[in-house]
Amino acid sequence: MQRSGKKLKGVNYAKYGYIFSIPFILVFLIFSLYPTVFTAVIGFTDFKGVVATTFHFLDKPFANFQKILANATFQKSLVNTVVIWIINFIPQLGLALLLTAWFTDRRRKIHGQGAFKVMFYMPNIITAATVAILYASLFGYPVGPMNDILTSLHLIDSPFYFANDPWAAKLVVAFIQFWTWYGYTTIILISGVLGINPELFESAEIDGATSRQTFFQITLPCMRTILLFTLITSLVGGLNMFDISKLYIYNGGPANETMTASVFIYTQAFSGTYMYNRAAAASMIMFVIIAVLSVLVFFLMRDKYEAKANKEMRRMKRALRKAGKEALQ
Amino acid sequence: MKAKTLGHFEKRQKSNVVIYIVCVFLAILSILPFWTMISNATRSTYQIQQHAISLIPSTHLSENAAVLTGKTFNPLTGFFNSLIISTGSTVCAIYFSTLTAFALVAYNWKMRQPFFTMILAVMMIPTQVISIGFYQFMYRIHMTNNMLALILPCIAAPMTVFFMRQYMLPSLNLDIVASARIDGAGEFRIFNSIVLPIMKPAMATQAIFTYVTSWNNLFMPMILLTKKENYTMPIMVSLLKGDIYKTEYGAVYLALTLSVLPLFVVYFILSKYIIAGVALGSVKE
Repeated sequence: MQRSGKKLKGVNYAKYGYIFSIPFILVFLIFSLYPTVFTAVIGFTDFKGVVATTFHFLDKPFANFQKILANATFQKSLVNTVVIWIINFIPQLGLALLLTAWFTDRRRKIHGQGAFKVMFYMPNIITAATVAILYASLFGYPVGPMNDILTSLHLIDSPFYFANDPWAAKLVVAFIQFWTWYGYTTIILISGVLGINPELFESAEIDGATSRQTFFQITLPCMRTILLFTLITSLVGGLNMFDISKLYIYNGGPANETMTASVFIYTQAFSGTYMYNRAAAASMIMFVIIAVLSVLVFFLMRDKYEAKANKEMRRMKRALRKAGKEALQ
Repeated sequence: MKAKTLGHFEKRQKSNVVIYIVCVFLAILSILPFWTMISNATRSTYQIQQHAISLIPSTHLSENAAVLTGKTFNPLTGFFNSLIISTGSTVCAIYFSTLTAFALVAYNWKMRQPFFTMILAVMMIPTQVISIGFYQFMYRIHMTNNMLALILPCIAAPMTVFFMRQYMLPSLNLDIVASARIDGAGEFRIFNSIVLPIMKPAMATQAIFTYVTSWNNLFMPMILLTKKENYTMPIMVSLLKGDIYKTEYGAVYLALTLSVLPLFVVYFILSKYIIAGVALGSVKE
């Protein structure tokens, strides 16, 4: 036993931390970091055309960036992305908060919560490409279930071309986003409420607070971090929206009414004139926007993890001491 | 006093009714599009032209299937390709993320904290914004149309590593690791035979999400896979938008149904775990 104790001290286990991280680091460097740098470099060159493999740096390094920022379609795609995100996110958060308030109210008992959650979350798991084409069919013109309902109820006289109207197109895309994500947001918010110290709710109850007061004075303030987290992750997700806006109306529509930034990058790079350099510049602009948002999330979450890391250190030290003692015995 | 209590009770009952009405409405909203899809998959083009919405299935399923197989849509190829890519991606992501999390939790190395900070920092950067460089890189090393180009990058999955670490911190007792060492087990064997079994619940949850995310992914496969025989299910679905399906309403609905049928089956079998996994603050794409 004495011998193994000595051996334990002699072996340096720290190196295994490095060894076991190698696959991650290697793959990250090759498949993430290198493509990122490569994309950034292409943004400063004249690289375009489907078969091109060589490129030269531009005399004016920021020419691609200037062109992209001045590009009307890119501006429109950014505005579309934000507009669609806002029309989807505000009702989504409102409904999720309402459902959270109802499902976590200690004074009522809602039966079948599990089944409801399963139903609300279901659209989120279904392939977005399928959902987009399904909605294109449901809102089809002139033959489509939605037009069938509206004409049967005599709300409209003749079929409505949903995909051809700028606002109707945006609204349908925003609705699809809303419909796919509100269940997710609800579940996240409910789990956030369940993480709040129950003593707070108990003392509010004893003080005679109503359900409404409890929700607005205790639940909501305690959920500030998780609400911000939901907001920013949803914004980043919205900025990357691709499948639905690409497929609901092909490539964002003839007038680019539902074109998002991701669809713009895709069409610039992988169709028509294959403008890799412009698409790369647009990608880097998006990268910067998303990086800024990510930093926000990072600072939001940091304190919590630092506290956890300290706790873990103490635990580790204790475990080491214990292990050392055991080994010596 | 009694009347007041009764009044209070009635009020509470009434407001619960509103809640149930809203919830049932939302549940119907979730099901109705898919129900319409399945029912229209069995109806003929003529029936759909007459009334595009019907909750009652009809008898023209085989006709629609015949139209579908006569065109480019090949659900079996798509299914098979998606299966390979999703399975490969999931195995890589889960195994190596757990290994990386083990490195972060069990060992006290100098770069541990900076490494974890880096994982947090790159967690939110999506593949969309680096796609140009990635495509060009793959093009140069002749890996376009190679499924490995979609599978191997999953070895570095920051979100999954983060989740695994959070789960491993409280559930892995380092005393067990230490005593295994005394028994003479190597570090890699400790990971495979002690840590992996402990991590099973977390691995299962993350496996579901990685699998579904990979199965549903359209952007990267669409850029990299240009040969018809490599198309995944979502790429096949995206082709349904083309002109050759313009009036084949029933066939399009059938194709959509076929593309999501496996997901429905998986979802309703595993829904309990999936909901629990989401609640733990899981992947959002």
